[in-house]
Amino acid sequence: MNLNLDFAAILERWPVFLDGALLTLELAFIATVLGALIGALGAIGRRSSHPLIARICGIYVESIRNTPLLVQIFLVYFGLASLGMKFSAFTVAAAALTINVGAYTTEIMRAGFDSIPRGQIEAAEGLALSRPQIYWHVVLWPAIEKVYPALTSQFVLLMLASSVTSQISAEELTAVANYVQSDTYRAFETYILVAIAYVFLSLIMRAGFWLLGLVLFPRRRRLGTPL
Amino acid sequence: MRKISNPPTNSPVVSLKDVHKSFDKLKVLDGVDFEVDRGEVLAIIGRSGSGKSTALRCIDRFETIDSGEIVVCGHRVNDPKLNLRALRQDVGIVFQSYNLFPHLTIEENIILAPCSVKRVGKAQAKEQAQQVLAQVGLEDKLHQYPEQLSGGQQQRAAIARSLAMQPKVMLFDEVTSALDPELTGEVLKVIEALAANGMTMVMVTHEMGFARGIADRVVFMHRGRVHEIGSAAILTSPATPELAQFVGTGL
Repeated sequence: MNLNLDFAAILERWPVFLDGALLTLELAFIATVLGALIGALGAIGRRSSHPLIARICGIYVESIRNTPLLVQIFLVYFGLASLGMKFSAFTVAAAALTINVGAYTTEIMRAGFDSIPRGQIEAAEGLALSRPQIYWHVVLWPAIEKVYPALTSQFVLLMLASSVTSQISAEELTAVANYVQSDTYRAFETYILVAIAYVFLSLIMRAGFWLLGLVLFPRRRRLGTPL
Repeated sequence: MRKISNPPTNSPVVSLKDVHKSFDKLKVLDGVDFEVDRGEVLAIIGRSGSGKSTALRCIDRFETIDSGEIVVCGHRVNDPKLNLRALRQDVGIVFQSYNLFPHLTIEENIILAPCSVKRVGKAQAKEQAQQVLAQVGLEDKLHQYPEQLSGGQQQRAAIARSLAMQPKVMLFDEVTSALDPELTGEVLKVIEALAANGMTMVMVTHEMGFARGIADRVVFMHRGRVHEIGSAAILTSPATPELAQFVGTGL
């Protein structure tokens, strides 16, 4: 065995890696924010007493959960193109990732909503709160608190999965790596470096969610029972 | 908006007339009649499954009825056009399981409904929160979370939360059933003070001694009907063998 690693040629290209990493974070950020929004609305929709709304949300969730991310990305990419709409690879990647994570978030949030005891809702109804008020004050925030660890994992997973968007040449971290390794013929070193970079991105995201949790759930902070 | 929210003082605050209710094939209420006057305390007693909790929940329309009529503070509860939220502003309800909102402090629990339903200003609502907490003896728990309180304290906080909406009638659904005797005592004291202040109350209870001490009238429910109704004296000298048997085991 003759392992001969040379990182110098790769490390000197750090600015392109940094750009790629920032783009990955940007993709993850957009998809997380929009996906959380879709997830909350989707979960409300899935629990709707209106059968059509519940059905539509159900079809959305199941069709996303049962198809590969890469195929979804291609569907958005070629779908928009065949409709004559031109978008940058970044926009298409952000849209596809949002649609994808929105479906998973819908399921997680639905579990959270379902975990709110009936008595909580009755108490709020007894106090004459309206349905939107009940959803906002009594259901949504405690539900998010309960599923927060699952949501965090899902969004970190999304960031890692965004590497697949290199297939439509979104210039994120993995796409940069593909380019660098074909230029330097130092494939192994490149991907070692990229793997380490992804670990750091994950840690950054987890730290971010931890801080956000402190802001969103003051009770946890006060009682010293962090998530 | 509310047309007849202030009925004349001589009309009952709550009235049930020939109320029927089934859950699928199970008949739960089989022609229930009773009335509650202003300032009166009515205790509903009876075996598990006798329909007493269901009757109470129908008053606040947590259950819909099949036939009959329920009028509460001028609201026709069984009317499909009922303004449900107006009814529930007039009626306060306290449950066996407290149901405080766990993620909110006691103060936040109390001011939530006044601020979002009645649009009371935050400062005013907080002032009021202090008042109602003083009423239940918890003025020092303002900034605690529910899980930091004992069961009895949580139930008193739940009562305070209801009081902050200034209801015209309070419903208590077995509010001490989850508490040990000592904690039960502190909750009952709070309810007693409310009664002394003239609050109209309907309470489903298993505390016979308490019902005897506080209730102006007692309803004994049996098989979905009002089997016996009268002053608290019926608990010591029941007219029907069913009530005699019930208090015989219940006291």
